[in-house]
Amino acid sequence: MKISEVPQDAIKTMHGLKKALYAVDDRGEYMRTTTRGWETEEIVLTQVIDDFKVKAAAAAARVRRGETSPIEYFMNKKWMDPRTLAQAMGLFRWQVKRHFKTAVFKKLDGQTLTGYARLFGVSVERLTHFSGED
Amino acid sequence: MTAFMRLEHRQYAHCESGVVTALLRDRGLDLSEPMVFGIAGGLTFAYLPFIKITNMPIVAYRMFPGAIIKGVAKNLCVQFETRRYSDQGKALAELCALVDAGQCVGLQTSVYWLPYFPPEMRFQFNAHNLIVYGREGEEFLVSDPVFEQSVRIRAEDLQNARFARGTLAPKGLLYYPVRVNPEIDRTVAIRKAIGRTVRMMLYAPLPFIGIKGIHCMARRIEGLKGGDSRYARLYLGHIVRMQEEIGTGGGGFRFMYAAFLQEASRLLGSAPLEEASRMMTQVGDRWRLFALACARVCKGKTVDFDAGEIAGLLRQCAAQEKLVYTFLKSVKL
Repeated sequence: MKISEVPQDAIKTMHGLKKALYAVDDRGEYMRTTTRGWETEEIVLTQVIDDFKVKAAAAAARVRRGETSPIEYFMNKKWMDPRTLAQAMGLFRWQVKRHFKTAVFKKLDGQTLTGYARLFGVSVERLTHFSGED
Repeated sequence: MTAFMRLEHRQYAHCESGVVTALLRDRGLDLSEPMVFGIAGGLTFAYLPFIKITNMPIVAYRMFPGAIIKGVAKNLCVQFETRRYSDQGKALAELCALVDAGQCVGLQTSVYWLPYFPPEMRFQFNAHNLIVYGREGEEFLVSDPVFEQSVRIRAEDLQNARFARGTLAPKGLLYYPVRVNPEIDRTVAIRKAIGRTVRMMLYAPLPFIGIKGIHCMARRIEGLKGGDSRYARLYLGHIVRMQEEIGTGGGGFRFMYAAFLQEASRLLGSAPLEEASRMMTQVGDRWRLFALACARVCKGKTVDFDAGEIAGLLRQCAAQEKLVYTFLKSVKL
């Protein structure tokens, strides 16, 4: 890739930041240069974020109907799946999935709730009182 | 509470090679980032369908995290002090003691907990490297190699980032070079490193590593035909995200390796290496075409796509990349 071909698409996901990369100048010499992002990377990044947004909205609707706990909503909101969430919490996946059950969630001890709240970046209050408003 | 402002911040393309380059430079061994990447044998291709991250296979265009530190230690005879911690308090105390004494240290962190990252990038990725070079009050001064400017981070956030749990958990990993030989003969290291990378890419005895790995992924893409098209799109997007990982310019580290080959050709006075660098640049461009085609598929939500065509583009990457390695193999360095 020539320096003149380095994409400068000023993509939203980079918030005006620049990344460094290596490209060749007109004489074929490699140089360090910068990019304001490539549309391609924005497409694939937005794609996965949108996918999580859809899942979070679906989870919020299920929270409203009392079919799942806020854990599932915040998990998707923070772009995690049950496996990643379990690992980040130091739990087994089946434990996390069990915490999706509203009856189990209501009985969760303070320590576990604090752990989830800390990971999701919300207060325990917000986590336990979340009623499905997305 | 003294701040040591002696580390001059520079932006690099990739976090681990950037941190190692900066730390070595601080100790008098001034190498370029591509040189560090190449000598450490940073280039690879690995398609690991049996290890999942958020339900997607691991696709790696560079060696696993930590490999560059290890590779530099081995090939440039640099001795690193490395520490992992089970006690978070001790980790913080030792970090403070080191930076107060003027030592720049590399840390492994999770981007999920780094507030200065753009929100769209804060996934659960636990192997981001950065340098701490001082502190002021409750804040640490950070030289994060993928950012244009140096940044600051609160001690609390840094603690969270150092002790994130999950795949590749950093466990507080802290490292810095203790013995560096600025006069080390690079030519020997370069010859060995190129040989190793070529052997791995051509002859790794596993079907998902090197050129074979690229073909393996191509077969998997063909297998997406007729399946769940939503999943197929996410799958292709995932591959490109791995390829577009910070600073590769979309070429999955191939441009960085081409830059290494060019610098190596000058150091060794070897014209064929210059040719290999040009070939590798074309390989990077080919990977970009593949990424572009995948992104088009991701964007087009309604029309069905041709999985065979995507797989074909990937096979072209494999074929062209194979040419570079077989050429390098034939060159007498």
